Amino acid sequence: MSDRGHLKKTAHLAEVPASWEAGPRGARPRRLLSTRTIVVYGTLFVAAAYYLLPLYVMIVTSLKGMPEIRLGNIFAPPLEITFEPWVKAWSSACTGLNCDGLSRGFWNSVMITVPSTIISIAIASINGYALSNWRFKGADIFFTILIVGAFIPYQVMLYPIVIVLREIGLYGSLSGLVIVHTIFGMPILTLLFRNYFAGLPEELFKAARVDGAGFWGIYFKIMVPMSLPIFVVAMILQVTGIWNDFLFGVVFTRPEYYPMTVQLNNIVNSVQGVKEYNVNMAATILTGAVPLLVYFVSGRLFVRGIAAGAVKG
Amino acid sequence: MTSVSVKDLRLSFGQVTVLDQLNLDIQEGEFLVLLGSSGCGKSTLLNCIAGLLDITDGQIFINGRNVTWDEPKDRGIGMVFQSYALYPQMTVEKNLSFGLKVAKMPKGEIDKRVARAAEILQIGPLLKRKPSELSGGQRQRVAIGRALVRDVDVFLFDEPLSNLDAKLRSELRVEIKRLHQSLKNTMIYVTHDQIEALTLADRIAIMKGGVIQQLADPNTIYNAPRNMFVAGFIGSPSMNFLKGEIALGAGGRPVFVTEGVSFSLDGYNAGEVLAPGRKVVLGVRPEHVKVDEPAGASGEVHKAVVDIEEPMGADNLLWLKHAGHTMAVRTAGSRRFSPGTTVRLSFDMTLASLFDAETEERI
Repeated sequence: MSDRGHLKKTAHLAEVPASWEAGPRGARPRRLLSTRTIVVYGTLFVAAAYYLLPLYVMIVTSLKGMPEIRLGNIFAPPLEITFEPWVKAWSSACTGLNCDGLSRGFWNSVMITVPSTIISIAIASINGYALSNWRFKGADIFFTILIVGAFIPYQVMLYPIVIVLREIGLYGSLSGLVIVHTIFGMPILTLLFRNYFAGLPEELFKAARVDGAGFWGIYFKIMVPMSLPIFVVAMILQVTGIWNDFLFGVVFTRPEYYPMTVQLNNIVNSVQGVKEYNVNMAATILTGAVPLLVYFVSGRLFVRGIAAGAVKG
Repeated sequence: MTSVSVKDLRLSFGQVTVLDQLNLDIQEGEFLVLLGSSGCGKSTLLNCIAGLLDITDGQIFINGRNVTWDEPKDRGIGMVFQSYALYPQMTVEKNLSFGLKVAKMPKGEIDKRVARAAEILQIGPLLKRKPSELSGGQRQRVAIGRALVRDVDVFLFDEPLSNLDAKLRSELRVEIKRLHQSLKNTMIYVTHDQIEALTLADRIAIMKGGVIQQLADPNTIYNAPRNMFVAGFIGSPSMNFLKGEIALGAGGRPVFVTEGVSFSLDGYNAGEVLAPGRKVVLGVRPEHVKVDEPAGASGEVHKAVVDIEEPMGADNLLWLKHAGHTMAVRTAGSRRFSPGTTVRLSFDMTLASLFDAETEERI
């Protein structure tokens, strides 16, 4: 059989005109410098530069001393690298009343972000699980109300929440702010988890029910282990969102509990004395470092989870 | 003894009623197949029996116990799903033992049951693997094992072989049958594949639009379908349907007439009187027509022209033009016919079916 196939092939080749043999063969060649590649790489380069330039300016400025900054050339690399502005921004810059730098705000932000993230994700994931798998009566109405809540502007709710917090005695405290962040994260996180859980095969849920697992058993033993990507997405959304929050931080807490963002604002906008641009830049980078770090560490999972949540519904 | 019993079951989603007044009794140790095309309510019925869907009205009994309000785990059932539904983060062993651990069974007993299931299904070497490291056939074995370890009386299969390729499907089909023969459990098996239904079932329930059309053993379903839907659903290619009417033939005996051609009905076992002039449909299976062979009991021979020939290896399927109809006829694979030739057909009326043209019910 194979012999016959071989014979046939050679016979076929013999009939081929010589010009075919000399013609194209193998992978198609690609030109390195075509209009297309120039346009694509050019556009990408411009976009990247547009985004990276401010970061560059911030970093070089934060490493310069004040005399060098006064020369006015903001793009020039530092002649003499100094970490003095970073130290000052962290530990001794003045924010209104006290002069202990951003460190106080950093720890405040940690104490706000960590519990808010954990509590909101825990509640929202259970919400999403209940909404997608246990179709209780009124589930749709409940879900609609929750989503509508996401579209009401924060500013509208500021004052009512102030009153509520005051009445329950939590106004101005860290736990009050944690509660507010937990509540405001609920709609979008619930939507995220609901869509993710709805995308998991329904038969898994059924199989677990036949196996005798109950509401919590299925949640902890079946659903959670399968949902790492969406938990990472939720964590990134919450950590960056809460860390970057300014409005709630300034409205609902007292000065000694101000989160890092509010303190940064106070440092940068301080009207006393000289404007210390290098300290301001260092303080800004320090404040942005946490969300940046979160993105770098878990960026890949983030993209995967967002895509999964977006497609399946 | 009755193993599973469904009484006056009704299931509605809002205004839509999916199942209505459904009754079904399944004997102990019986292999019952629920057969139908998608959307006929067969999987829905299975989910109701499993307790995964709350029914609107009626009752469900398993082993003489009213389980209508019971949770799935308390019904004494094991279930196998189409998509295997193995827990992806657990090893095969953990998949098998999950339900037993939830039930807080002692570890020794769990190990014993897992070992037994692994031996029956020959998945012992796979116990430490994750489901993603298994082939489709192995996954479905594990899924069956998960039902097996529960040591239940009733197995529910929801299209367990539909995700497998043809070769594996026929292999696992045989294994499920062997499993049933050795375990002698009651099994309820949902499928849309008529081959699976005919090969596995003790009895088949053919469903359409939420209603059981016929509940009988495979032989009866195949040879004496109760209506035209069942007749057309079972058999591949489908039964040939010829529309015509009853007339009186030689000797005053009723004959079937279509397009001026008459068919003797000698040998057909009609359940009622065949009044002349009644509009009827004659159903003949492709394998019940003889081509160029000595005529049957009636001695009647029809002429037909070969239109298309489809050789299928074991069989040779002919599409014939006969009296204005196109008719499928199955012959032995060794026989060849060229298109355009005229052949002689003879029909065996003992194996044919006659339906009322109005009600589509068997006469």
